[in-house]
Amino acid sequence: MLTSVPPETRETSAPAAFLNAKAAWRWPEYLFWLSAFALILLLPNRHLLMNEIAILGLFALSLDLILGYAGIVSLGHAAFFGVGAYAAGLLTKYGVTEPVTGLLISGALAGAAGFLASFMILRGTDLTRLMVTLGVALIFHEIANRLDWITGGTDGLLGVAPSAILGRFEFDFTGRTAYVYSLSVTFLLFLAARRIVNSPFGLSLKALKDNRLRAATIGIAPNRRLIAIYTLAAVYAGMAGALLTQTTQFVSLEVLDFSRSADALLVLVIGGSGYLYGGLIGAIAFKLMKDTLSAMTPAYWIFWMGFILVILVLIGRDRLVAGIARPFAPLLRLIGGRRP
Amino acid sequence: MLTILFDGIAYGMLLFVMAAGLAVTLGLMNFVNLAHGAFAMAGGYATVVLMTRFGVPFLACLPLAFLFSAALGLVFERTLYVRMYERSHLDQVLFSIGLVFMAIAAADYLMGSSQQNIQLPSYLQGRITVAGVGIGVYRLFLVVICGLMALGLQLILARTRFGSQLRAAVDDRRVARGLGIPVGTVFAITFAFGSGLAGLGGALSAEIVGLDPGFPLKFMLYFLIVVTVGGTSSLTGPLLAALLLGVADVMGKYLVPQLGAFIIYAMMLAVLMIRPQGLFARGR
Repeated sequence: MLTSVPPETRETSAPAAFLNAKAAWRWPEYLFWLSAFALILLLPNRHLLMNEIAILGLFALSLDLILGYAGIVSLGHAAFFGVGAYAAGLLTKYGVTEPVTGLLISGALAGAAGFLASFMILRGTDLTRLMVTLGVALIFHEIANRLDWITGGTDGLLGVAPSAILGRFEFDFTGRTAYVYSLSVTFLLFLAARRIVNSPFGLSLKALKDNRLRAATIGIAPNRRLIAIYTLAAVYAGMAGALLTQTTQFVSLEVLDFSRSADALLVLVIGGSGYLYGGLIGAIAFKLMKDTLSAMTPAYWIFWMGFILVILVLIGRDRLVAGIARPFAPLLRLIGGRRP
Repeated sequence: MLTILFDGIAYGMLLFVMAAGLAVTLGLMNFVNLAHGAFAMAGGYATVVLMTRFGVPFLACLPLAFLFSAALGLVFERTLYVRMYERSHLDQVLFSIGLVFMAIAAADYLMGSSQQNIQLPSYLQGRITVAGVGIGVYRLFLVVICGLMALGLQLILARTRFGSQLRAAVDDRRVARGLGIPVGTVFAITFAFGSGLAGLGGALSAEIVGLDPGFPLKFMLYFLIVVTVGGTSSLTGPLLAALLLGVADVMGKYLVPQLGAFIIYAMMLAVLMIRPQGLFARGR
């Protein structure tokens, strides 16, 4: 295709046009967000569940940034979720009760943790990275467990009472404020992520994911980019954690559990990775599924979760997603999904 | 002090037997199998059931636990794992996590969520004193059994025809197949044997670490540490890593209990930072 373009236009506008075409908004995206916001009014008594979906969606989105765009398989992404959650809890408890301020500080702290941890994932193979991410999460879990005079240990952190958002919107019992708050934060962060992955930086990440050696030979410095995206993903995860703390007014060790990291992976498997909406769509499917399953078999829903994972992988994620998505293929293509 | 050291060695030996199968699948075949602990748990539960329901003596349970887990491993390898060898690491991770979840829920459903304990026969209880060092009889038993296992494994891998076939199949599947080595069968036997060892380890460990449905998740990391820290080129590396891990873990828990599991995690990260290929790996 490029050969048919006159050289001078290729020189100046083709890359920019390519990026712009990728970054253009398509109508299903408007539809997706419009319906998400419309649910504030349409389903007034399911706000608590939808709040959880929004938070899980944001968390999965942050994992998608490193898994789908940089190809880092992480088994310990909950570490940053936990840092954000505890930071928000402690901030609220000891003075900074305004949620948005707390959110920003928590995100920054989680980002700092991610920045430090990112140096450990630069070397080694997939397996080493797997172990390092897992190890970091376990260390954080252990720290939170041991520092029980600060974190409450296994009892959890009680007495987290955030004040009104921006001094104006109080949290209510139906979870309406919580949902609006979480959804707005998720939306804004999504916009930022969308801007970033469609930028030249995002493209260079994809090049790194496909073939790191080749990317390095055409002058893309891998390490700096990996550190940047890992830090960014940590910020996002931390903010998701902070949202959970502020809207549930409670933090427990559970925010750092291994199963939380595994959940995020499962969400991405369901939704597909590498096009940002996977985390959000997957979060909806995952939460609804988990709700139904745990209503059916309260103790053993984890079995069915495992079962779904095994089946998804065995049949082949791509093939299954393609099979289900075929009717929606034009839709998915419009929001930038991979072609089935 | 030396008693603690000896306990640590016994624990390390136990970890090695449990992780030996993983050292082959993950280390040599480069297959990320996070569900290895599930086979160990199966062996442990088999022992518990055999001893409490059917009154089988402890020593007779051990080979049965081995056979049970090996059979389970064989079935899973032939039906499920065989499809996963060529997949990406992400697929393998997801697949085996799914298996872990299923194993946890299944164990919970079949056996209940409470911790199971087994009653050791009296001749394995108690302590003896050798040269002023108190040594638990069962710990001694563990060291002997696991030491023999380690030795046997090394001999099988290095000296027998099967061992060389396995090493060839791992090095290059296609060429090995071209030479007439039944690669699929070799892998299946290896996987079953590794699962059996894990089951044996699970049976042996039931007394020391207890057995509950969370077992596969709790020990997943230990196994992975043994393999990654030990390096992936031989069995000697994982053995040394297992001993190191066992000693560090037991000593840490006795001497500085307030640090908890912190020591081994930090140690693992440090090793992986400095030598991503593992402590005892050949340079590649």
